[in-house]
Amino acid sequence: MKKLINDPADVLAESLRGVAAAHPGLRVDHANRIVYRAQAKADGKVALISGGGAGHEPLHGGFVGPGMLDAACAGEVFTSPTPDQMAEATTTVDRGAGVLHIVKNYTGDVMNFEMAGELAAADGGVEVRTVVTRDDVAVEDSTYTAGRRGVGVTVLLEKIVGAAAEEGQDLDAVASLAQRVSDGGRSMGIALTSCTVPSAGRPTFDLPDDEIEVGVGIHGEPGRHREPLTGASQIARQLVDPVLADHDFTAGPTIALLNGMGGTPLIELYLMYGEVTSLLESAGVEVARCLVGNYITSLDMAGASLTLLAADEEVLRLWDAPVSTPGLRWGA
Amino acid sequence: MADSLTHEQLVAWLAAFRDSVHEHRDHLTELDAAIGDADHGTNLTRGMDAVMAVVAADDAPDTAAGLLKAVGMKLVSTVGGASGPLYGTFFLRAAGAAGDASTLDAGAVLGMLRAGVEGLAARGKAELGDKTMVDALAPAVEALADAVANGADLATGLRAAAEAAATGREATTGLEARKGRASYLGERSKGHTDPGAASATMLVEALADAVG
Repeated sequence: MKKLINDPADVLAESLRGVAAAHPGLRVDHANRIVYRAQAKADGKVALISGGGAGHEPLHGGFVGPGMLDAACAGEVFTSPTPDQMAEATTTVDRGAGVLHIVKNYTGDVMNFEMAGELAAADGGVEVRTVVTRDDVAVEDSTYTAGRRGVGVTVLLEKIVGAAAEEGQDLDAVASLAQRVSDGGRSMGIALTSCTVPSAGRPTFDLPDDEIEVGVGIHGEPGRHREPLTGASQIARQLVDPVLADHDFTAGPTIALLNGMGGTPLIELYLMYGEVTSLLESAGVEVARCLVGNYITSLDMAGASLTLLAADEEVLRLWDAPVSTPGLRWGA
Repeated sequence: MADSLTHEQLVAWLAAFRDSVHEHRDHLTELDAAIGDADHGTNLTRGMDAVMAVVAADDAPDTAAGLLKAVGMKLVSTVGGASGPLYGTFFLRAAGAAGDASTLDAGAVLGMLRAGVEGLAARGKAELGDKTMVDALAPAVEALADAVANGADLATGLRAAAEAAATGREATTGLEARKGRASYLGERSKGHTDPGAASATMLVEALADAVG
């Protein structure tokens, strides 16, 4: 393992120290590992919190700020934060209008947020709603399994729903918008290499130089199958086809996210985006807005994921609203 | 023969589990790397170290219920991931069943374990055969129940429980995961022992060691 760290056990705490030093717009509660806006949102507005294991930066702490999240709870690398942390964040950000929890569909995140919601409701009387993102089409979905993973659509949802909360929509409206966005998003990812969790010290999985992992998640958990490494144009098909097969994106405008897993340079991500847009165009998908870059990463894993979100005029208006966070900033 | 669980044995159970988690930390993490996200060993180690600090404190609760509750809360607030709420719920429910007694007879130990396992299964929405901790814990509880019904002493019953847990753990190897991150692998999860079933077996073995 070759990383810019001190002790593997201190990675999260020391990284949060750097976050606090780098971003005066944020306030970091080091004891509870919560990233807040330095200046809290106005009274009477719905607050949004999210959280999850560290290692996915800029998710979620990098999306705290006006126009997006009110707080983000950081867990250990790839490990869900704990209910007491989330309950603390929930009671702190509540401005009397309730709090929306944005949860990615992983067993640990779902269970910890569930316990946090019970705690915050019992202790502080805060009204909590929850949206669980589950956009990864690589995972089979059935009532007998944990269901699809929440991946890239989480970023898009935090932006869109964050704008709705900022303009004063109430908790019912914010929660139902969040569900609508969650339902309209689909993602697919591939990996060229494994990532290395600092505490484990070696790659999570072995992937030969001439193979790719298709359908990989954001924790380096292996995907559903492996294929020989081919050119970018063929790999782009591996991303686009399963997403389009799962949902019809030709009915209206679409927001696209071509996301890097942390270890892939932008030159390759842009090259891939070029391939992806050609495929989407020939499939009749109109991409109205896009993001290309590292937004929901997996430490040092090389690879990329594609997220498509079915949008409408309302969603695009909220997408275009000002946002000012370390990871996403425009119009502000 | 040991026919009850004393406070000292309860503490010895937790210490033995902590030691076992330490000893097998890398093994648990390797099992997790095969089908999950490679942190089960490190997360449990962190949680059990925090638990032992609570247990060793001067103001540690002196009833079984009080101690088990403190252990559950500590695990919930330090482990994270899925194992935090699962192990935490196990101890919180076990505390609820333990009542005011400081020494638990065989029937009370059975009631405590059963409540803990039922709580854990409910929290994880897992059933037998899903390739989870439940596959080790549910057979362990049934083995203890059989032993107690047949008049065996607690030590003998817990030894049977530990053996049943190990058998359940081994059986997870051939199963396809239906819960947790391993479920994303579908068929590919077969051939790997479930890390949660492995640590849960260590929990039962530690209890058998502490009493036997």
